[in-house]
Amino acid sequence: MKKSLSPKFLKGVNIVFVTSLAIALLVIFLAPFLFMVFTSLKTQGQISQLGAPIWPAKPTSFEYNGKNIEVYKVPMSACAGADPNDTTIKNLGIAKKGRQESTFVDPANIAAGEFKCKVSWRALERPWKFSPTWDNYKQAWNTIPGTFPKLMWNTTFYAIMTEIGVLISCTLVAYGFARFRFPGRDFLFIILIATIFLPGAVTIVPTYTFYQKIGWLGTWLPLIVPTFFANAYDVFLLRQYFMTLPRELDEAAMIDGAGPLTVLWRVIIPQSYPALMAVTVFHIVYAWNDYFGPLIFLSTARDKWPISVALSTFNGIYGQQPQLIQAASLMTLLAPLLLFVLAQRFFVQGIVITGVEK
Amino acid sequence: MLEELNKSAAKLPSLSSFRSLTQLGRREMKLGLLFLSPWIFGFLVFTLLPMLATLFFSFLNLKITDGILSKPDFAGLANYQKLFNDPSVWSNSTSPGSFWVTVKFGLIALPVGIFLPLAIAVLMNNKHLKMPMFFRSMFYMPYIVPFVAAIFLWGGMLNPESGWINRALIFLGMAKENVPTWANDVQWVYPAYVIMGIWGIGNAMLIMLSGLQGVPTELYDAAKVDGATGWQTFWKVTFPMISPVIFYNLVLSIVGLFQYFLVPLVVNSGTGRPGGATYFYNLYLYKTFFTYQDMAYGSTLAWFLFVIILVVTITLFGTAKYWVYYAGEARS
Repeated sequence: MKKSLSPKFLKGVNIVFVTSLAIALLVIFLAPFLFMVFTSLKTQGQISQLGAPIWPAKPTSFEYNGKNIEVYKVPMSACAGADPNDTTIKNLGIAKKGRQESTFVDPANIAAGEFKCKVSWRALERPWKFSPTWDNYKQAWNTIPGTFPKLMWNTTFYAIMTEIGVLISCTLVAYGFARFRFPGRDFLFIILIATIFLPGAVTIVPTYTFYQKIGWLGTWLPLIVPTFFANAYDVFLLRQYFMTLPRELDEAAMIDGAGPLTVLWRVIIPQSYPALMAVTVFHIVYAWNDYFGPLIFLSTARDKWPISVALSTFNGIYGQQPQLIQAASLMTLLAPLLLFVLAQRFFVQGIVITGVEK
Repeated sequence: MLEELNKSAAKLPSLSSFRSLTQLGRREMKLGLLFLSPWIFGFLVFTLLPMLATLFFSFLNLKITDGILSKPDFAGLANYQKLFNDPSVWSNSTSPGSFWVTVKFGLIALPVGIFLPLAIAVLMNNKHLKMPMFFRSMFYMPYIVPFVAAIFLWGGMLNPESGWINRALIFLGMAKENVPTWANDVQWVYPAYVIMGIWGIGNAMLIMLSGLQGVPTELYDAAKVDGATGWQTFWKVTFPMISPVIFYNLVLSIVGLFQYFLVPLVVNSGTGRPGGATYFYNLYLYKTFFTYQDMAYGSTLAWFLFVIILVVTITLFGTAKYWVYYAGEARS
């Protein structure tokens, strides 16, 4: 049978199969985003109501005799004067509720007047109409501990200050590892990499006690100052990149009398924008994500909380109102999401640079 | 990254290498160390010194009661004795033991954390996939969602009544009374945590993808000529070629899993509910520090964790020579 199929056709089948599989997986993978958007647009009433649709909606109703009356799905066969074999189901407004029999009116034909149907209205389903509620965003914005703009500013401030520390220190250190040869360098490099495997718990108590002693608790300093002393991940990434740059340019600059700092500034850095951008975007995501650091060092300083800490506190208060939690979560992830959309190639590049095998 | 570690491990500097430095070499060393100095200083102050202090604390009695640090006195090995008999670490009739909780969860989470990114990466690397860049980007994207937001999002998805996961299960035919209650059920809380972590696969996926893209096509051609099936090709060609990448992810995942605690801290408020099943070792450790404020015993727990991670990592590196294949290096 295979022989009768042209290779071109088989290739087409493969493309359709593989690509549909990827689409199906992606839809499942990203479905929570839709869940978040939908939930954040629902009313509390819809969330607690059984049989409500998954999209933001409200039960239909209509104006009748100056009153707002609810609409139900009624099987027409149960109604007075209808053909018992009628299988249609109509959306009817309920004028008078009864256990055995209720009075309905057809919104499409009010002139026909009220009529009775032998159904228990409680057993009936209601038609739903798409109806997003934007109030949740307003409420989340107003009730999250600290005001939202302030939280955003705190997080941004934290990200920028630590970014400066990371970029300066990691560039210098990576340059030292990439361009200078001396005994002991490789040993130091092993120690640097080994710090990745070190559990944070093994250093936290003395540092925490120390910060407490010198009055740094409740300030930004314990979060910002250490970033000026380089970290293994970013040094590794930058070092890998610097190693790929040809040494000839360094040497030419040195012959012209440039010192090592000049070489770094004039030769290495201008060639390293992809790597520096990768470090930058990874760090912004890291800072936006950081929860435990601010939680322990800033727990007493509410005015300095970043969004992550405020969001978890918010969840503690409004945990029973998923629509508010989802609205607040969505507002929290907009900034990193925007960053990703604008700078996605740097994320991918950064991981390629790390390269693992090098 | 890890190969670097393996390779340079033997190259410790000897004294004679310092003596034989020329004038020029000395200048280079001075400059090099000058550039490394921020990290060296940071390492000493923020890592090495605190580590040693933690070790020292573990032999003391050191507690904070009502905001006042107790006068430290020497406790000998008492903290370690307590550690090895602590029902909160090892199981007894009332507690599953935070150490075993961590191991048990790790055994569930680790395979998912390795094979899921690998499977997605294999799919992304398939030559028949249209728009590979788009898919690659989209599968990576949730990685940037802040951790706390992602937890609440997935927490909503896993809500027993209103979450989409249970709605999907019911839609697929599961009886309403049989659907799991996820984070509230001892049986389901680990799978729930694993699901909550799924959005973190982006990084591992991209690393594995770059590994897959580095496999020379000649190897696949040769396998085809030899009549290998797809499965055989994967296990005999692809897997050995990307084993360094898998090894890298494996080590990082294991080290990360031993320190797992933020999810139970946020999802189950660090209480260990349900039934102590989410009382992870690292959670117990941090609670000892920050809630019970027992600095000495917390330090003991921290050093024990450090030693465990060290032993596991060294063991893993030991096994590497049997299954991790570095191209350009003969397999011993």
